[in-house]
Amino acid sequence: MTIQAGIDIGSRTIKLIMLNDGRISKAVVADTTFDPMAVCRDLLSGLDYQRITATGYGRRLFARAWTCKTVSEIKAVALGARFLMSSCGTVLDVGGQDTKIVTLDAGGKLDKFLMNDRCAAGTGRFLEVMAGALSFTYDQFSAAALSATRSEKLNSMCAVFAESELISLVAQGASREAIALGIHESIAIRTLSLMKGISLADTIMFAGGGALNPCLRRQIEAGLDRKMHVPENPRIVAALGAALAHSSEEERENGYRQFDVVADQIVHVG
Amino acid sequence: MADYTEMWRNMGLDLKAHDALLGVLGSLYEQTFLKQSGRPEGMKYFDFVMSEVHGLRIKELMDARVAGRKVFGSFCVFVPEELVLAVDGILVGLCAGAEFAPAEAEKMLPRNTCALIKGAFGFAIAKVCPYLAAADVVVGENTCDGKKKSYEIFRDLVPDLYVMDLPQVKSDVGRDLLRKEYKRFAARIEEVSGRKIELDALKKAIHIVNAKRSAMHRLAKLRSADPAPISGLDALLANQVFFYDDPERFTKSVNVICDELESRVQRGEGVTAKGTPRILVSGCPMAVPNWKVPSIIENSGAVIVGEESCVGERGTQFLTSPEGNSVHALIENIVDRFFKIDCAIFTPNPSRLEHIKKMVKDYRADGVLHYCIQFCSPYQIESGPVERALERDGIPVLRVDTDYSQEDTEQIRTRVEAFVERLQG
Repeated sequence: MTIQAGIDIGSRTIKLIMLNDGRISKAVVADTTFDPMAVCRDLLSGLDYQRITATGYGRRLFARAWTCKTVSEIKAVALGARFLMSSCGTVLDVGGQDTKIVTLDAGGKLDKFLMNDRCAAGTGRFLEVMAGALSFTYDQFSAAALSATRSEKLNSMCAVFAESELISLVAQGASREAIALGIHESIAIRTLSLMKGISLADTIMFAGGGALNPCLRRQIEAGLDRKMHVPENPRIVAALGAALAHSSEEERENGYRQFDVVADQIVHVG
Repeated sequence: MADYTEMWRNMGLDLKAHDALLGVLGSLYEQTFLKQSGRPEGMKYFDFVMSEVHGLRIKELMDARVAGRKVFGSFCVFVPEELVLAVDGILVGLCAGAEFAPAEAEKMLPRNTCALIKGAFGFAIAKVCPYLAAADVVVGENTCDGKKKSYEIFRDLVPDLYVMDLPQVKSDVGRDLLRKEYKRFAARIEEVSGRKIELDALKKAIHIVNAKRSAMHRLAKLRSADPAPISGLDALLANQVFFYDDPERFTKSVNVICDELESRVQRGEGVTAKGTPRILVSGCPMAVPNWKVPSIIENSGAVIVGEESCVGERGTQFLTSPEGNSVHALIENIVDRFFKIDCAIFTPNPSRLEHIKKMVKDYRADGVLHYCIQFCSPYQIESGPVERALERDGIPVLRVDTDYSQEDTEQIRTRVEAFVERLQG
């Protein structure tokens, strides 16, 4: 029996996956906090594994502390998506501070990819800030947008400017729901324009925390005029890919057959 | 390094700011270059040059000026060194490869000006570029909009700015313009130096500059070996020093390295393992100390095998024919040579794409990293079609647009690592 661990130290959350002979035996999501290595230590304490691979923005820091291999989150998300869905040809990943579009070739290998530029405009963090500015929790924010009958257009994608735009919309008497929808629409448009820069496969997976937002998903699907596949826990895709990154082709192939994660294995900490 | 404080003071440099610059440059050089493993012995010459880049070389320039020679400074590969050498002048590249005094530069320029132009202004305003201070004449050139408009403002920062016009289309009209401009420049060089451009001197100058380019061609060719015998960073450094050093000494030093690399190649030795992913860097120039992206690439498990860049093969690729029996004929040869440069200021610019493809093939690159300095419209606009054309031919491309700041290092690293993973298959 081999146990492989994958840890994705993202800007907002840390995700840990344990793969037990190709079967997910543990999936944990925790807040990154100001001390990500302490969170990693907590998550890993008492766990047994033969190999651990780190991905995400904190991968280098983690690899130094744990003396392990790393993989870029771009390749990790490709590997994880392919493991979950062998027909997946494109992955859209909306994370805390970046958005990635990753394509896989026919053999499932990493092909062309695109990423947003240095600032977090149009990513998960932007949505969180905007939700806060409207005094919504993140879940309420998406639900409110879905309930809106009209939308208020926002022009600015910079969190600072968008917030002042939002304040002036509120001052003009616009409804919170309409503003919430407008914010989702503007992010969807930005994501769609990034997606236009790459040729999309037939089967698209939507991963990352952004995939948990039903309004964002609906807007992007409307723009693409097709459905995207959202896995049961879209946030763990890169961590899963990390767990697979240094495994053999055979181990990975095994995984396709054995995979059956159960929902109660996914725990949210913090 | 000897104490050059007195020289720098006499040149009007801001000693405090200049010390700070040298401190940063020194530690950056150490981290980026000296920590590499398996460097050729011959690179010690370049380590020395870099340690004396604001010292001994500047002293040479100042001594040359005392001896009556004229120093011309430039920012562009379109300024023909042959003409300057023909009157026993010296041509040097000017500092534009780092962000210095950006707030001061932004008082004179819009924020969305490219880092190279802003860097040149920062160095000039802060009085920390001894090459600028040593130059009798600064030669500007109308390449991109950013540069040609900036020279209107830069004029106030230097004692003598000469601006050369350049064609934007490779037509007969464009060629005529280049010829007229080179003749006008030749007249200016004669006036400044008080010497006529003579046939023999110009011929000799052509040989000197050709030898320098040929040494770079030899170095480039050796990099086609797998494993690569020299790192891309070290080869880039040679391309950068190309603009500063005494040309004949530079040629000799590059050839010494090439001798060493030849035996390395024969022994099958390299700076990385055989089969290491090989990357061609293409796009905007990287002036000293702009090593951010190459350093990320070579610390991500890949090796750079060529630079399709002004600081690289775009600048060095053609020789000037020395054949001709008059100064007029040789100037025509110079026009021939420089008119072939495939800078993105030309429209259209199809030969650049062909050159990238040829370099990929010749140097056995697995992929191309297309590098742009933000707000460089010519290369940024060209990058889309170049990327699509290369990918169509099965050549993987990663586009990186950045500036001189370090804050996006980790974001770029993620992309570069993923690109290397893509190349590894």
